[in-house]
Amino acid sequence: MFELLSYGDAGWGDEILAGLAITMQLAIVTLPIGLLIGFVAAFASMSRHAGLRAIGFGYTTIMRGLPEILTLFVVYNGVGLLLNKLAVWWDPGGTNIEFSPFAAGVTALAMVFGAFAGEVLRGAFQSLDEGQMEAGRAIGMSPRKIFFRIRLPQVWRFALPGLGNLWINMLKDTALVSIIALDDLMRMTKVAVGVTKQPFTFYLLACLIYWALCVLSEVVLARMERGANRGIRRV
Amino acid sequence: MNPFDIVVEYWPRLLDGTLMTLKLTFLGAFFAALFSPGLALIRANTHPVAQAPLRLYISFMRGTPILGQLFLIYYGSGQFRPFLQDWGLWGFFRDPFNCALLAFALNSTAYQTEILRGGIMGVARGEIEAAKAIGMTRLQILRRVTFPHAYRIAWPALGNEIILLMKASALASVVTVFDIMGRTRQIFSRTFDFSIYLWAALIYLCITAIFVLLWRQGETRLSRHIGPRNTGRSILSPPEGPKP
Repeated sequence: MFELLSYGDAGWGDEILAGLAITMQLAIVTLPIGLLIGFVAAFASMSRHAGLRAIGFGYTTIMRGLPEILTLFVVYNGVGLLLNKLAVWWDPGGTNIEFSPFAAGVTALAMVFGAFAGEVLRGAFQSLDEGQMEAGRAIGMSPRKIFFRIRLPQVWRFALPGLGNLWINMLKDTALVSIIALDDLMRMTKVAVGVTKQPFTFYLLACLIYWALCVLSEVVLARMERGANRGIRRV
Repeated sequence: MNPFDIVVEYWPRLLDGTLMTLKLTFLGAFFAALFSPGLALIRANTHPVAQAPLRLYISFMRGTPILGQLFLIYYGSGQFRPFLQDWGLWGFFRDPFNCALLAFALNSTAYQTEILRGGIMGVARGEIEAAKAIGMTRLQILRRVTFPHAYRIAWPALGNEIILLMKASALASVVTVFDIMGRTRQIFSRTFDFSIYLWAALIYLCITAIFVLLWRQGETRLSRHIGPRNTGRSILSPPEGPKP
């Protein structure tokens, strides 16, 4: 059985590792974009304009209510169609634009991550102590300084557990991109299964790799939480 | 094609898919709800060493993609085909619906167990002591004190889990179960009309919205001895916290 997993032409070790690399790239590229969307959504839903607030709440509510796979298909097929329409409008008779599965995967995962992160961040911003901002204003800090010196460091502390869960969920959701033919861990496993006819062995292996990634993430997140909470009295 | 024409033409399929999604979600949540109370009691009350297998199972279910679990059951069972045929189980594993249901039930059992464990741990010690003091048996305490409280505490989280399960049920379309997502992909592959995805999104959102309303009714009923509570925030209500 171990020669099946060996590195090189005979085994599938290298193919599966290549898939794992794509999975990791996908998750790592998605994280900052998703966080950015999350911050925008959080600020929109805390805005003083009712219109922005409705957009913020509408976005987070709708995106959280849709299956991730549906979002992925909407992005993959919809944005692809849109790009092609734009291309035809811009340059009739030009070549078709291919919306790559990787870009579609990142976009869809970031949109989902952003919607959930928006709620986590809004909760974190709203649990800040109002008196601290007042204290900042009283000693003459600019709103910008108050944001970076007082609000953001504490939002980080409050939001970290929630964002950590979202990271783990997103890591698991990357498996969905195998359906739109991106060669991630799950799809390379499928390829290996197709050749070796050992579905249980290989899918179990894939699951174990995802499991290891999640457990590892949990360990790292726990350390980060300890770091974020340093200097805070434990009750 | 006009977005409404496609619904007029394909609504029987969409309805069929909606019923399939509801069936998968309901049955998955139901089977999980059968097993989770017992497992949650084990998680809450027994020695850590005795729980090791259960914790491993829960960690695995929460640490791996549902898609992976589904493939492991649906495709993975093929590796044990002779064995399963001997036991007469092959017919069960050959059907994608059964495999999807099994995967979702196993997954939801893990989540529901953890949620319910939190509920059981949240029951006030004094309540249990009072029940003991008036001479209730252990079974009576579980039935009349522990579980009613635990379910009330866990109710909102259980509702979230069922919504997550409903969303996850869309994965069944990958193993050729014709739920909403499966029907939508089928219709899209015939018509290439993108609006069908938006209709599917609308159906999912409606199911979630109706479920949330029903679940809140359940919560009110479970908490009727506590008195009125704050109702949920509306999209239109102004944000809490710092005022500009």
